[in-house]
Amino acid sequence: MTYTPKGNAAPPAPPAGPHPSAAPGASAPGTAAPPVPPQGTYASRPPGPPPPDPDGAPPRRTAFAEGLDQLKAAAVTEPGRLRIIGAVLAFLVVAFGSVTAWQMNDRSSAADDVLHSSQPLSSAAADIYRSLADANTAASSGFLAGGQETKASRERYEREIADAADKLAAAAAASESGSESEKLVAELNELLPEYKGLVERARANNRLGYPLGGAYLRYANSKMQDDMLPKAQKIYDNENKRLRDDYADATSYPWAAIGLGVVALGGLAWAQRRNYRRTNRVLNHGLVAATAASTVVLLWLTVGHTVARSGLNDSYDNGVRSLTVLNDASIASLKARGNENLTLISRGAETATIKVDGKDTTVDKFDHEFTGDMRELNSALADAQKIADDASGEKPVQAATASMEVWLERHESAREADDEGDFQCALDQVIGAKDGKVSTNCPQGDKPTGECFDQVDQNLDNARGHEEEEFRLAAEGGRNAMLGLPVGAAVLAVLGAAGSVLGIGRRLSEYR
Amino acid sequence: MSAVRRLKAGLRGWGGVGAMAVLCALTVVFALVLPLSGTRGDGSTGTGGPGVTRGTQVRADECDTMKDPENQSLRPSSDDSGATIARIKENDFITVGVDQNSYRWGYRDPNNTETGAELEGFDIDLAHRIAEEVLGDRDKVRFKAIPTNQRIPAIEKGQVDMVVRTMTISCKRMQEVAFSQPYFKTGQQVLVPNSSTIKGYDESLAGMKVCAATGSTALSALEADQKPGRPAADAEIIKVPNQLDCLVRLQLGEADAVITDGALAASQAAQDPTVELKGAPFTTEYYGVAMNLKAEDLVRRVNQVLVDYLKDGWQDSYTNWLSATLGPDSANSRPPAGQQYRD
Repeated sequence: MTYTPKGNAAPPAPPAGPHPSAAPGASAPGTAAPPVPPQGTYASRPPGPPPPDPDGAPPRRTAFAEGLDQLKAAAVTEPGRLRIIGAVLAFLVVAFGSVTAWQMNDRSSAADDVLHSSQPLSSAAADIYRSLADANTAASSGFLAGGQETKASRERYEREIADAADKLAAAAAASESGSESEKLVAELNELLPEYKGLVERARANNRLGYPLGGAYLRYANSKMQDDMLPKAQKIYDNENKRLRDDYADATSYPWAAIGLGVVALGGLAWAQRRNYRRTNRVLNHGLVAATAASTVVLLWLTVGHTVARSGLNDSYDNGVRSLTVLNDASIASLKARGNENLTLISRGAETATIKVDGKDTTVDKFDHEFTGDMRELNSALADAQKIADDASGEKPVQAATASMEVWLERHESAREADDEGDFQCALDQVIGAKDGKVSTNCPQGDKPTGECFDQVDQNLDNARGHEEEEFRLAAEGGRNAMLGLPVGAAVLAVLGAAGSVLGIGRRLSEYR
Repeated sequence: MSAVRRLKAGLRGWGGVGAMAVLCALTVVFALVLPLSGTRGDGSTGTGGPGVTRGTQVRADECDTMKDPENQSLRPSSDDSGATIARIKENDFITVGVDQNSYRWGYRDPNNTETGAELEGFDIDLAHRIAEEVLGDRDKVRFKAIPTNQRIPAIEKGQVDMVVRTMTISCKRMQEVAFSQPYFKTGQQVLVPNSSTIKGYDESLAGMKVCAATGSTALSALEADQKPGRPAADAEIIKVPNQLDCLVRLQLGEADAVITDGALAASQAAQDPTVELKGAPFTTEYYGVAMNLKAEDLVRRVNQVLVDYLKDGWQDSYTNWLSATLGPDSANSRPPAGQQYRD
């Protein structure tokens, strides 16, 4: 309501506005059309296309061509120009808003996927691998303890097998049908009972005191190491790729939205400057409102996305990368422990040929693999130490590293005992002396490497828990920064478009 | 061109003969010099030039004509003054390479709580007996588990003083290690499930999956027999790291038959009552104690132990460990009387 008085006061244009053809302002003298013809055209023309030309007129033209002509005709008149400007501005603002809503919706859902789908799935895939490796290690530990394996090792084995089966079921449900992961999960589902069968046969034969049990366990182990774990690794790699893709989707810059925002703001600025130049009026409320709304959306978009991006990047750098390295460390420690056990179980039944100083040298297969696994564990722990960004993340890693060093020392001592032919002493130093009794000829018997492995495992668990939490916090922060942006952008864009239409309409009304 | 090649080939042939002649001459010289020179260095098995070993080494070309590798050991002696025995006496223990996976031969019973996880079996008894006669205490022996394909390197590198590990005496191996006289007679045999249609080492193996351990006599025999008209012509060979792995494959149905020494096959049969030995042994082999080529004194000493052991102790050990699967009559397993020696 307040527009009208003000509007009436300001315009310098002559009140002869009703005639659109008598364009005011700069163009008025140029056209210099006499008042009469416009009257005539105005009377007959407005209904435009409907009245067909009388007979003898040129052939009918397409609606598009006629519309174009009309547009051309309108473009030479100021109200026509204003209409076009208004339409373009409204279009730009709406386009900006909807592209923003669309792009941010994509990024927000990608961030949501990172938080609630791909990271948990990658974690679950890592769990499958860890459970399988852990079960294999527990089976060998129990086996080493003789016919009557300990309750702890039996329970650990059963728990890990059950865990692996659960996680496989979950992975089967989450994998897309026809995907490689689905195939791998199905294959693992087939191999798991087969593996378990071999372990049970190994146990049964071991209880009877047959060395055949050891042969079965070696076969089970090779099934696990050569067949199952590579498949689990592949699933993990696939899930990690999905996670990285989601991260890339969530953090990629919304260039289209930003570009449209800049163009829309530029258009609004130009329209207002033009308005000012023509009318000397500084502010057009509608256009100002549209500009304000667009600016808010653009700022919200850039700031929100930057914050989200930094949160997500942080969750990747401090969460996902740490978790990956910690997973590698866990897996290396599990494999090392399994191979340490198998060195004693196989009793030299399998060898590997390696090159030492260019010469082929035959070594115990499992002891050789243990050395490699420990090297992997060492480098994974060093990486984890480097990546850890706070004291509570560093502490468990440091503790695990310390345990690993003790482990290596004790392992050396156990190997020495075994090489000297004192199998019992070597066994004591790996799984612990029965009832904790230490004999005089085996003074290290109460310091088994098993303790060190348990400590490494426990500390890595703690570190993983910490990093999971860090990941969750950072990723949630990132995702929340984008919360409401799509809806907000859409609402503001509608308001902005309405503002520009009203603003231009206000000017347009001055010609009626 | 062809004339030149023929000339070259001819020369090469003569070169080989010449080298052989030189080698023979060297062998004779060393054989003469060695007994005269008496002691050899510090006696450690790891040192000494290769030339010194010619005294007991068998040359590759001899294997074509050698008939009885089991009769090529050195005459027994209870002389303890040799360098190797002196070193063993100084250490006060003998290091013996054994198997830990051969049931009834050398294995660790996980349920034997009395002696801890001590090794036991026919081979282990023999190792204890050697320690008893040489060092006066049957427990002065350190067992070292070695894989099948490490038996010879372990001796050559001096990691063990001897290997008592169901090791077949063969001319080829004699080029690398010195054998004692035989302590057990066996032969390659076929092990199959009771219900199998395989009748022995013959054409009934056609189309079957046959398992043998890498580096074993059985595998060499199988590979040599993969020709038309031979028993393994149409058999599919499965290679595994250890002979016991064959029983695993057999039980899982991944193999139809196992080929291994009769003695080891019996050890497998002892772990599974549903498998049995089929057909007669198709080779005759003897197990011997393997030692370093340079440890001549030890070879003689061990032979003396074996002479005593075969008189008293061998039968007890056989009854204890092997009669259940090889039958109470040990005649087929005992090395024949009338042992001959190289010297």
